[in-house]
Amino acid sequence: MTTPAIARPRRLQLVAYFALLPMAATALFAYLGTIFWSARISFSGSRTFPSYDFVGLAQYVRLFDNERWLLSLQNVFVYGALFIVATLVIGFLLAVFIDQKVMAEGMLRTVFLYPYAMSFVATGLIWQWILNPELGIQNVLHKLGFAGARFDWIVDQDMVIYTLVIATVWQASGLVMALLLSGLRGIDEEIWKAARIDGIPRWRVYVSIVLPMLGPSLSTAFVLLFVMVVKAYDAVVAMTQGGPGTASEVPAKFIMDYLFNRANVGLASAASMVLLATVLAIAAPLYFVRSRAARSGRES
Amino acid sequence: MSKAVLKGGVLALALALAAHAAMAQPPLKATVIHWWTSGGESAAIRQFADAFNKAGGQWVDNAIAGADQSRAITTNRIIGGNAPTAAQFNTSRQFRDFVQEGLLNNVDDVAIANHWDQVMPAAILDAIKFNGHFYAAPVDIHMPAWFFYSKPAFRKAGIAREPQSYEEFLDDLARLKAAGLVPLAFGGQVWQEKITFDAIFAMVGGPDLYLKVYRDRDQQALRSEAFRQVLVKFKRLKAFVDAGSPGRNWNDATAMVVSGRAGVQIMGDWAKGEFSSAGQVAGRDFGCFPGFGPHAPYVVAGDAFVFPVTESRDAVKAQKLLANVLTAPAAQVAFSARKGSIPIRLDVDDSSLDLCARLGLAIIKDKSRQLPNSEMLTTPDVNGELQDVLTKFWNKDQSPEDAQKAFARVMKG
Repeated sequence: MTTPAIARPRRLQLVAYFALLPMAATALFAYLGTIFWSARISFSGSRTFPSYDFVGLAQYVRLFDNERWLLSLQNVFVYGALFIVATLVIGFLLAVFIDQKVMAEGMLRTVFLYPYAMSFVATGLIWQWILNPELGIQNVLHKLGFAGARFDWIVDQDMVIYTLVIATVWQASGLVMALLLSGLRGIDEEIWKAARIDGIPRWRVYVSIVLPMLGPSLSTAFVLLFVMVVKAYDAVVAMTQGGPGTASEVPAKFIMDYLFNRANVGLASAASMVLLATVLAIAAPLYFVRSRAARSGRES
Repeated sequence: MSKAVLKGGVLALALALAAHAAMAQPPLKATVIHWWTSGGESAAIRQFADAFNKAGGQWVDNAIAGADQSRAITTNRIIGGNAPTAAQFNTSRQFRDFVQEGLLNNVDDVAIANHWDQVMPAAILDAIKFNGHFYAAPVDIHMPAWFFYSKPAFRKAGIAREPQSYEEFLDDLARLKAAGLVPLAFGGQVWQEKITFDAIFAMVGGPDLYLKVYRDRDQQALRSEAFRQVLVKFKRLKAFVDAGSPGRNWNDATAMVVSGRAGVQIMGDWAKGEFSSAGQVAGRDFGCFPGFGPHAPYVVAGDAFVFPVTESRDAVKAQKLLANVLTAPAAQVAFSARKGSIPIRLDVDDSSLDLCARLGLAIIKDKSRQLPNSEMLTTPDVNGELQDVLTKFWNKDQSPEDAQKAFARVMKG
């Protein structure tokens, strides 16, 4: 498919570029500028205030000597993988469910999307209570007579990270549902008719035909979720404060702690540069593959 | 309109304004950033605001929820060139960087005129003085290591008197446990773990070791058997907390003592606000003791206001007036009575304070019992890393030896 380039008058083009200027300036100064500035600060010995001395890689050495930072990185990988997969699967299933022309669709859609509209600072606290063994589910089970029931993940060193997954999947699934639902609604009725004539079971149509066609929606959802993983902070602060101990620490919290409470802007900047590099290392190949796929799609 | 008329009009206006200014001195405006937002706290800070307004000032309140958030906003406003007239910090090393960068005005005149050197405890003075200049006005003393206990819970467990030693305290906790109560109401957040550790450290390690570790960063002391024992004894408390403790807020833990479900909480004296808002009275419903026995050290912490450098001359005047008002005896007592702290000066009438505060004020008059809070001796950075070390030791199955090594390593810097 090729679209013939429509020759636009030069003046109009200039106007378009002019209109883009504010955004370009924002991107240049607010995003790129601050990235370079952070990079510079990460080579300084800044404490409460940014300073411009030069300490070489000292902050990075200290960073990778820091047990909590390494644990944060490990946690965000585990959390991120589980969170993205679970949210995509559940979001997709919810979208398919609503796509069955169920009753009260509007209401259900609102119900599923609602968690995303609420601040996690508030809902995280509620999750904390629900999961707390002395107050929440475990306590209720005990009172119902199941004395041996145990659900104390949130106070368990090894399991606490999964409670974060549960709570944030609850929050984000609705968003994925909304995105995929609009994708599903965009699929041609003719395809369904053809599949019915060929006698293909519905689940098979969803998996083999519809899912590949949802590619763009899925990749949008993936990017949004990926960003949520990198900035994971409010859920951790509201639910576990990084604990028990340091078991649920994440990089964003590490950076915020050092930036403000611990008055070490230098180390915080070094940590954010490492986080940025990690994100780029994951996102760049994906972006490359996508743009190549898009280009070959256009050429064919 | 001709030029002459315009000129005349402007002149007249200017004269009128000048006359007005001479007649009614506009009040000295002071923008004050602080993090006192709960019921008791805002009642307390209102005492200062009222006193300042009465003294010819105009208090512009900038209350920000959360201490970290409040300090971050202060920092940002100072860097951004929109410094407040005064801002709250803990009486600690949190604002030392500000002093070194020359961003704070000193209040030497006020301090000398009011004899701060004579009326305030040494630990407080050490925290606010740099190179002989006073860089903050301390407003309260909080002792972060009080023991609050529920009298009904102690009765239920058959405990007759307040423990006089750490061993006796552990025995009491065991009795509370046997009586089916949560012995120690504990909030498993890093700062709460740290203040509990510091309480035990000051108590069982003694002031000498405490100062050698925190102030002198003495590696020999850090690697000593005595310090290892402190870690071991701290960890023994773990057997007396409930499973729901990780992540719990301090006030939720206090509520457990208030309701009699738990026996004791180790917490700063701000916890008294929770008891009094539940209608409980010190000495009747709950008891308080600041350590074991008549010689236990009294850990000194608290809050102070700093005065950032600003362009306007009026701001400096307002800052001096503020420093005066904040530290005046009457405002001090009125504030502490609502805040749960004790006044920063020892020459006040304490009859309006509660039992625990009176006890604290009596103890702090004995210089040998004053001990600076660890945050006065370490940078926020080091304090944070120590929190990481301690939270790992408390929550994980780490040996005291490894925790000791990690602790010593952080202090080495």
